[in-house]
Formats: sequence, structure tokens, C-alpha cells
Amino acid sequence: MARITLDNLGHAYMPNPQAPADWALQQLDFEFADGGAYALLGPSGCGKTTLLNIISGLLVPSRGRVLFDGEDMTTRDPAARNIAQVFQFPVIYDTMTVRQNLAFPLRNRGVPAAEIDARVREIAEMTDLTEMLDQRASGLTADGKQKISLGRGLVRDDVNVIMFDEPLTVIDPHLKWQLRSKLKELHRRIDRTMIYVTHDQIEALTFADRVVLMKDGGVVQIGTPVELFERPAHTFVGHFIGSPGMNLLPCIMAGDKAMIGDTAVSAANAAAVKPGGSLEIGIRPEFVSFADKGLPVRVTRVMNAGRYRIVETVTGSGETVKLLASNEDAVPSDATHLSFDPAFTRIYRNGWLAGEGRDA
Amino acid sequence: MRKTVNQKAWFFILPVLVLVAFNAILPLMTVVNYSVQETFGNNEFFWAGLIWFEQVISSPRFHDSLIRQLIFTFSILAIEIPLGVIIALAMPRKGMWVSVCLVLMALPLLIPWNVVGAMWNIFALPDIGLMGYTLNAIGFDFNFTRQIEDAWFTLLLMDVWHWTSLVVLLAYAGLVSIPDAYYQAARIDGASSWAIFRYIQLPKMKRVLTIAVLLRFMDSFNIYTEPFVLTGGGPGNSTTLLSIDLVKIALGQFDLGPAAAMSLIYFLIILLLSWVFYTLMMRNEE
Amino acid sequence: MALELKSVAKQVDGEVHIHPTDLTLAPGSFNVLLGTTLSGKTTLMQLMAGLERPTSGQIWFDGRDVTGVSVQKRNVSMVYQQFINYPNLSVYANIASPLKLARIDKAEINRRVMEMAELMRLTPMLDRRPSELSGGQQQRTAMARALVKDADLVLLDEPLANLDFKLREELRDELPRLFADRNCIAVYATTEPMEALLFGGNTATLHEGRVTQFGPTMESYQHPRDLISAQVFSEPPMNAAKVTKQGGEFLLGDSIRWQADASTVALADGSYRLGVRPHRVTIRPDGAQPVAIRGHVRIAELSGSESTVHFDLSGNDWVSLSTGVHDFDIGAEAEFHMDVSRAMYFDDAGHLVGAAGGRSD
Repeated sequence: MARITLDNLGHAYMPNPQAPADWALQQLDFEFADGGAYALLGPSGCGKTTLLNIISGLLVPSRGRVLFDGEDMTTRDPAARNIAQVFQFPVIYDTMTVRQNLAFPLRNRGVPAAEIDARVREIAEMTDLTEMLDQRASGLTADGKQKISLGRGLVRDDVNVIMFDEPLTVIDPHLKWQLRSKLKELHRRIDRTMIYVTHDQIEALTFADRVVLMKDGGVVQIGTPVELFERPAHTFVGHFIGSPGMNLLPCIMAGDKAMIGDTAVSAANAAAVKPGGSLEIGIRPEFVSFADKGLPVRVTRVMNAGRYRIVETVTGSGETVKLLASNEDAVPSDATHLSFDPAFTRIYRNGWLAGEGRDA
Repeated sequence: MRKTVNQKAWFFILPVLVLVAFNAILPLMTVVNYSVQETFGNNEFFWAGLIWFEQVISSPRFHDSLIRQLIFTFSILAIEIPLGVIIALAMPRKGMWVSVCLVLMALPLLIPWNVVGAMWNIFALPDIGLMGYTLNAIGFDFNFTRQIEDAWFTLLLMDVWHWTSLVVLLAYAGLVSIPDAYYQAARIDGASSWAIFRYIQLPKMKRVLTIAVLLRFMDSFNIYTEPFVLTGGGPGNSTTLLSIDLVKIALGQFDLGPAAAMSLIYFLIILLLSWVFYTLMMRNEE
Repeated sequence: MALELKSVAKQVDGEVHIHPTDLTLAPGSFNVLLGTTLSGKTTLMQLMAGLERPTSGQIWFDGRDVTGVSVQKRNVSMVYQQFINYPNLSVYANIASPLKLARIDKAEINRRVMEMAELMRLTPMLDRRPSELSGGQQQRTAMARALVKDADLVLLDEPLANLDFKLREELRDELPRLFADRNCIAVYATTEPMEALLFGGNTATLHEGRVTQFGPTMESYQHPRDLISAQVFSEPPMNAAKVTKQGGEFLLGDSIRWQADASTVALADGSYRLGVRPHRVTIRPDGAQPVAIRGHVRIAELSGSESTVHFDLSGNDWVSLSTGVHDFDIGAEAEFHMDVSRAMYFDDAGHLVGAAGGRSD
């Protein structure tokens, strides 16, 4: 078990990186606390897999250091780092039984047979593989194989960190949420550091205590799921987290009020907005409601999502605002007004949350 | 995913069936016909029953050439398969050298068989051939036209040179199809190079290696042109393999009946051994 | 131009893939096939398309029996989960390919390709090859090719499954608009109840080769005919438990009891299966008739705005879905509240016999 420090880390796949776009991974300083559950979240090509491979030692970074408990591991071999990894497609040793698969990392390290046997039993129990221990691993279903991959990581008690690279990709959709909750449960039981890479916000938010949200090789925000949801640091976070994503409406400042057309809106960070730049109001559909006065809109579409409805409205200037309505709420059929919860209404300047120092 | 069964698909292999009928089934039937008859020329045939089969099976000449054939085939399998795998493992997986290596490997396969025989014949000649002359110059008494061991040595070397590439190419195709994640997982699990070979590379190469073994087995059992050009079966009968012997009986002595019976026995041996190989190697597949 | 399946069944090597199915898809309708992997969605689509021949039964289109007619003669198009395009053709040539095969004149092809590209927001990349596009753009190209030839029947087999979460959301939003003005029958297979709900139209729930229910999507969701249909149409699956009705009361386990309401009071005494959707089991009391239940927590999954708590209720795996963030330790005993005013009751055969309030959502 270990604390993992990324010190001034950066990586480029080309020899002489000049422009920021040349870096697959831009400068990054971060510390993964011992025993934490983390997610690296972002769209394809955002650099999350590059970062994962640097931590696991499959890739040596062009710049900076990776420390495990303060010890420099930057150029060390994956086997020397005592890590475990579950890949996107299940990796199992086809010719072995489930038991032999689980025992493999221990046998390679010369652990006595009796000890191997006890560990394998314990881990099989934890991952619901006990009944299949003597079956050929190649005969299992995809979720069974992913459990074997995971089990090979758990079986060693000296593992510093367990990493997951989109582990649910090939799992049948109706089994996904079962395996997802199993991973979370295992983290709670064994308290190892775990890093989970995914493009799926639901997997990231439900698994992790802290989420690292990435875009174009850079980190946009690091925070708890609640922080990412309630206080997005950038409009991209607002859009990427939440379904549907955050509404964004161009605005101008008039004193301490933000103006959308002729409508004044109060925002939590209105006082901190510096002059100039392009300004937008960010408000999640969850915090918008119908009202007698406020922003005038027309209802254009109502989609029933079963346990709630997604209502699409259009402002006078043609901007779309989505909101969520429960099945019991009345939804006006045409012209109406919207009100925003001021505690969750925020102003973004040049894309960044105003007043936090990154909106220059 | 469930498989789709389309009865019409049979229709598309009809042309092939017709071709195979002309190519294989008709000649085979002719051979079967000859194997149970006696002829004295003039297209007159007499029923002979299984007499040719009895004659061939009890003939010491057949036993000797069969044993020589088995020694040859198992020797080249024992050399070419491991050697092919080793070369495939040593080949680069990425970069410009991949295509260079692949072209070099493919070269021997592109040379016509009789040319291979002639090439090695000249190459191994003790007086003017590069190999024969060099071996003698450094003190070996090498003469493949006179000494049995030397003839066998040259024969095996020629086959290894000619056909190991095929095993390399097949094994290489198996190796590059292994996803990187397997190697990464093995490194993380602390596996040694041997363990990676034993538990990842070998199992993943199994199917292509089965094909390689079968192809090399069948081809080497049928081999004719190269040894015929190289040694003509000699010195004496020491390198007379089954096919050479068969041609001698059929065309040299014009004993069509015994030759036909021998062909059929030959055919059945290949079929039987191929089946044994296949079953053994696919034993553990689901 | 309706598509009718008349007792269509499919067996392969004695194994039943599709049980005898009757289904009528109306002209211009959008139809969702909802079910887990291997429930028979793909087979049913292949039967509709004519890629497979039914073992028994007939398929009628536009009042004609088309059972034996090959797929080439049916004016059908299909979009798959994998992004299938011609790799060496430009986006333009890809979209134009079915029109070229139909020998339509050049000016007309150009007009239709440009119109379709505009609709699919592909206009800026018409000269690119598929490999130079993002996954979402590749799938949009495949869809454009399927739609451009004005097929009578468009089949979409989990077309969004291989896309990133956000791209999926974006395309899911666009799809109903694409089909709005077309006179074709669209059939869309998915494993996700949420997709079926957002598309509206009609939904057929599939389970082990059987269409368990077919009708307008909201109707199927709010009035499931049986427990299986309700579970297929619920993510996570609907919570179920055995209950007993005695007089005007329901009893779950030894101590949890509640009053039957106007829609369920007439049910005969006896044992039933209770069904409650996860979002009707909440941490704080909610809804018209919350009933307190206690269970041991298996795991709590928290997103930024919701909490999904898996717990054990007298031997049944139950899931609670609440807004807000509520954490629990593994194994802790916790109290939840199920709103029985949205509960459903099924008989031993699994058929719906009563729904509190007349519907369940």
C-alpha cells in the first residue's frame, strides 16, 4: 500500500514537444492518498490512459517523476512497482484453471504452496469465484474473466495500487451495475489504493471518492463527485458530468446581477466576476424550476425518462434551457418562466468559474 | 452470438466440388481400380484381389523406404518447428525491419522445388560446390554422393533451409495477434520470460502451430522433387524415400498394380498420422 | 405499409431462438426492442429484414407476404453496433453508395447526399475517410447511408453501444428528429430502458426469445403486464418480494404491513409478488404512502447527485435510489421507505393483478 505522488509529470509521444498540443499529458502535480478510490475521467484521447500507463510503469514519462511513498519509481519496471491492473479486455491465462490463474502472481514470487492455497481461497470467496475454482478460465463469461483479472491483483498483499482501465467495456449491460457495485464493495473491504479509468461518468462518480476530470491532456478539475456536480470549475465539467449536462447561457454583468437578455439573475459568485471576457451563466437542469416570473421561455419538448421528465425550453434569443420535472409536477404547455436556484447558479468567464483565479 | 445457418451456402461450393472430383476423386478411383488388377499391357486387365496389398505390406523394400521416410519427416519436424518458433520470437514486432525480415523469410519459399534441389546439389559438391569444398578444406571428409551420413545431412539441411520459413511466418502471425495487454499483465504479475512463453505465447500460437505441423508433415511425407534432384535416392538406396520408391516401381519397372496398392497404403498412412497429430494437438480445445 | 409478423418462430438445431410471435408495426412508427443480451433482439431484427427465414409463420409487408423474399429485394437498411463504413471511400461516397447501386442520376444523388449530410451534421467532413472521423461521426455516416435510400424499414441494432457516454447522449437526442418526417418503419434494439423511454414510440420487451409485451412506450412502462416485463423495463431491475394479503392489509415478512388502496383492495386474500421500482424506495419518506422497511446495506454507490444503496430485505436483493448524497457502511442496518402508492402486485404466474394508484412509474 502506498501514497503515489506525481511530481511535475508530463508526457509527449513525439521527440521535441513545443506547443501545448504536442503534449499527450500536460504538466501534472498530484498525490493519490493511500487507500483512496480515484477515477480518471474524460473523453477518448484526453490522456487518461497515458497517465495510467505512466503510473503502472508501462510507459516512462518524458518529464517529471512518479513517487511511491516518496521513493522514485519513474523508470522502474512494472513488476518492481507491485501494482495490479485490470484491462479493458479480460486478460487471463487460457490454459490454466481459475485457481491456477489466481495463484500465478504468487507462484512467480516463490510464495510457499500452503500460503498460496489459503490466499487463493480467500480471494475467490471475495470475488464470488469459489464455485469455479477448478474450471478452465477460458470457459468463463466476460464478467467472470474480469473477476479473475481483479483476483490476480487482490491475491498479493503487497500490492501498492490496483488500476482499472475501462474494466466494464465488454460486460453485458445488465451485469454492468452488479460488477460495478462489486468493485466498490471490494474497495471498502480491503482499503487499497485504486485508480479507475473511464469515459463513463456514472462509473467514475459511483466508484471514486475523488475524480480527476481530464480534457486534451490536461486536468480540468479534481474533486469529490459532489464538488464536480455542484460546483464545476469549468463549463466542460458542467457539460461532461450530469445527464443532461449543465445549461450554459451567455450573459452580461449589470452591477452584482447577471443579465440574460432583460432578465436579471442572481448567481453565487456574481461579486467575484472581473470585468471583460466572455461570460456565461451555468445552471444544472436539476436546479431549474418553473415559476410565475423570471426568465421567459417557451416549452418545446418533453421527454419522459420514467422516473422524471426532461423538459426542453427555448429563450427569446434562441438558447436552449433544459430542466428536470418529476412525474407529479405540472409542465406548462407553452410560454412560461424559469427560476434558477441562486446557490447553484454560477458565472463562467472564458469558460472557467469566475473568481477562482483560472478565468484570466 | 448465435450462428446463422443458410442452406443456400452449399450452392456456392458446388464448383469446387466438381473441380475436386476431377482433380482428386477420379484419379483416386483409377488408382483403386489398378490396385486390385493385374495387367500385361495392351489394356488387358485381370482381377487380382488383394494380392498387391499383401505383397507391398510384406515387402522389405517397402519397410525400408517407409522407415527412411519416417526418420526424414520426424527429423525435419523436430528441427523446423522449434527453430521456426525461436526465429519468430526473435523477429522485431514493430518498425521498418519487420518488412525486411518478412521478405527475407519468404525468399526460400518462392524458389521452385527442382531449382532448390539443383542449387543444393551444386552447393554441396565436394570439388566445386561452396559448402562441399569448404567442408573438405577445413578438414571434414565430406562427399554426399558417396557417404550415406553426408547425403542425409545435406538432405535435412536443404529441407530446413527451404521450409523453416513457413513455420516462422505462421508462428509470427500467431505472435503478433497477441494483444499488448497480455504482455503487460504478465509483467505486472511478475512472470519470467519463460513463463510468458509457456503461458501466453505458446497457447496463443497453438492453432497456427498445429497448422504448421500438419502442413510440414504432409508436405515432407510427399516430398519428391528436391531429394530426387539432389541425390536421386542414393548413394545406393540410402535416401530413397517413399515417393521416390513409388515412382521407381510405377514408371521405372511399370508395375502398375503394386505401385497403385503402395500409393493407397501411403495415402492411408498420411491420413492416419495427420488425424493423430490433429487430435493430439486439439485435445484440450473446447 | 405496415410490417406484420404472423406467428413467426425461429429454431436453430432444435434450440428455440424466437417463440411464436405476433407483432404489427405501424407505418411511420418508431419501435424499440428492449431486452438483455441474447434475449432475441438481433434474431428478431434479422427475421424482419429477411436475413433469416422463420422456421414457421409469415412476414407481411404492405399487405403482401414477403416471407421468402430476399433482403436485396425488400428495401431494408440496417445500422450495426460496430461502425460499418467503406474504409477506402470518402464520407460523401459512403453516403452515396446505396443510391449509386440503385442507378439514380448524379444530380439527384448529389442533392440527397447533401441534404442528408446537413441533417447529420457531416457537411464539413464529406471529403474525409471514415478513419479520420471520431466514433460518433463514423456512426452518423453509417446512419446517413441507411437513411439516404428512403428504405421502407430501417433496423438499428444497438447503434450507440460503442460510443462514449456523452456522444451517446448527443446522438440519442438527435435520433427521434431524424425519423420524425420519414415514412419508414424504424426498429431500434437496445439493452437500456432509458433509451426506450427517451425515444417514446412503441416498445416491445423481450425475454428469452419471447416478446412479453408490446405497446406505446409509456403504456408499457407504466402498466407492465407481468413481472418479467416490469423487470426488463427497469434499471436497476425492479425490486421484488413475497407479500401476503389479509383483509385490507398487505404483509411483508413478519412485521411490515400497509393498507391496500382503492385499486388493490378488491384483490383476494393470499400470497402475491410485490414489485417496487428502485426510485420508489428512498432514504427519506417520499410519495403518498411511504412504508418503513429495514435492511442490511451491501454497498452504497454515490454519484454527485444521487445515492444508489444495495441492501438485503429478508433475503431479497433490493436497491434504493434517492436524490442527494447518503453514505452507509457495509453491513450497517438502515431504514428505507418504499412508496406503496406506486407498488405493483403479481400473482404466482407473474401476471400483474393490481397496481396501486392504477399505474407504476
